[in-house]
Amino acid sequence: MGQYLLSTYSREGEDSGRPSTPEEMGAFMKRVATLEAEMDASGTFVFGGALHGPEAATVVRADEGEAVMTDGPYVEAKEHIAGFYIIEADDLDEALGWARKVVDAIDHPIEVRPFRATGRVQA
Amino acid sequence: MTLPVAARIESADAVERVFREAYGRAVATVIRIVGDITLAEDAVQEAFVAASVRWRRDGLPPNPAGWIVTTARNRAIDAHRRSARGRELHEQLVAVAGPSQGASTNGSGEDGPVQDDQLRLIFMCCHPALRPEHRVALTLRLLGGLSLEEVARSFLVSESAMAKRLVRAKYKIKAATIPYRVPREADLPERLRSVLSVLYLIYNAGLDDPDRAVLRSEAIRLARTLAELMPDEPEAAGLLALMLLSEARVPTRTAGGDVVLLRDQDRTRWDPAMIEEGQAIVRACIRRGRSGPYQLQAAIQAVHGDADSFEATDWPQIVALYDHLLEVMPTPVVALNRAIAVAEIEGPEVALAEIDAIAADLDTYHLMHAARGTMLGQLGRREDARAAFARAAELAVTDADRRFLGRRIQALAEGRSRASSFRRAMVEGSGVATLSHPELVEHDPVPDVVLEVPDPARYEVRLLVVVEKEPRRLIGEITVDPCP
Repeated sequence: MGQYLLSTYSREGEDSGRPSTPEEMGAFMKRVATLEAEMDASGTFVFGGALHGPEAATVVRADEGEAVMTDGPYVEAKEHIAGFYIIEADDLDEALGWARKVVDAIDHPIEVRPFRATGRVQA
Repeated sequence: MTLPVAARIESADAVERVFREAYGRAVATVIRIVGDITLAEDAVQEAFVAASVRWRRDGLPPNPAGWIVTTARNRAIDAHRRSARGRELHEQLVAVAGPSQGASTNGSGEDGPVQDDQLRLIFMCCHPALRPEHRVALTLRLLGGLSLEEVARSFLVSESAMAKRLVRAKYKIKAATIPYRVPREADLPERLRSVLSVLYLIYNAGLDDPDRAVLRSEAIRLARTLAELMPDEPEAAGLLALMLLSEARVPTRTAGGDVVLLRDQDRTRWDPAMIEEGQAIVRACIRRGRSGPYQLQAAIQAVHGDADSFEATDWPQIVALYDHLLEVMPTPVVALNRAIAVAEIEGPEVALAEIDAIAADLDTYHLMHAARGTMLGQLGRREDARAAFARAAELAVTDADRRFLGRRIQALAEGRSRASSFRRAMVEGSGVATLSHPELVEHDPVPDVVLEVPDPARYEVRLLVVVEKEPRRLIGEITVDPCP
């Protein structure tokens, strides 16, 4: 049993292929809600969320004891993480199975990445 | 006691056979028990070292592969016991490995779980979450027991680069928890496709270079194992048949390092046992009626295997099989191969049109340009043919292919002079004819052509190709118009 990060990325300026009409939006939300209910029922869902764009990000650095803030994302890239799920799965095959369902629901590629450790660090 | 030389050689061969046969099985079983690939590899190495000492002294045990599996497993468990977390781990192991531990004393009792282990290992090594070159490397290393050096040499990379590949692949398996089991029914078709393509890739890597024959024999051995372990998957059998039918022809595909075309291969040197086995598998597949890309490719090879000569090939059957194959595998390469077969029935003009339709998709594929060159040459468009062969030579990967294409270009130039002298011969004889028969341009080296006039009154001429050490072959009959 392990936890996996299922993340989706969007291109700068693109709204991650999100539905444009209210009808499409309704159908999109319904597909995602159904999927999340299925995740809940099987004890898969740990956490999930959609993020604001990189223009809402702030980077914090320590510089000679001072906290220095910069506007914008840490990684200079055309693509930025847009949303994610953290799921609980037996193994990669199971995680990939869920990833496939997420792809079908949101019509967007998903990166699956295993957690090396989760929860609170034991001192 | 000193063994006679013959017996010693036999036992070295036997050990090699056992090694190939037992390595993957042993690694597969130990990975299940200890859950760690590297530990399993080490334990199996140790078991072989122990075997080389003991078997030299006592001879082969009744079930050598079983002996290796059992010894490696015991060593891996010992290694675990000795380790820092020894006791705790050992208790977990006993809990995990419970049932198979009970059967440890006799080798045959292992066969059930061991077979499943081999499948687990094949599917793990060929997991689509690993990149293809990593799948190939893992499969050869863990299932084939090839040394790091052998695997590296097979794929023309340095040992350190190959070591990195393997470390990275093993890291991903562990970190991402790629499972050690046969995939669920729903995932099976996709996962099996990956396994089959890895094995076929290994086989084909072995075809490019005679020094890498070990890749072909390993691919065939693994395909055989897979076909036995998955009797309900006709594509696994199809892949085995395809490899066997191809392997039967390997000794005739080259002569002195040079390419020999199918039409020029000495069919008496094809391996009849492999052809027979391959054809029997193809027939069994046809009866099951669940065809797929590998079965269809094997069926095409089976038809070639049936023909005593290139001319006797059942081309309509081959084209029909390519039509099927195009339905399940609509790739430009399949379309190209179909066009080449079509040329044998409908002639070069039709084939050329078909090739031109896909030429843009295959612009960097040397065999497309070579096939175009062949058709153009047969149509007498020598300059275009020469350009196509030159482009093919530019793109060719192996030296043998480049040499072959160079000879084709040369043959085009020679063909011109031969065709004109032939035309002269016709004029001086009983009639006038022009000739641009494919065999004159196609054959390599350019053969001599002999005319036979069976009945002078009927103005019929038979053209026979004469190639050294081969029976004379009839290449065509033409009726000659009498001189005005």
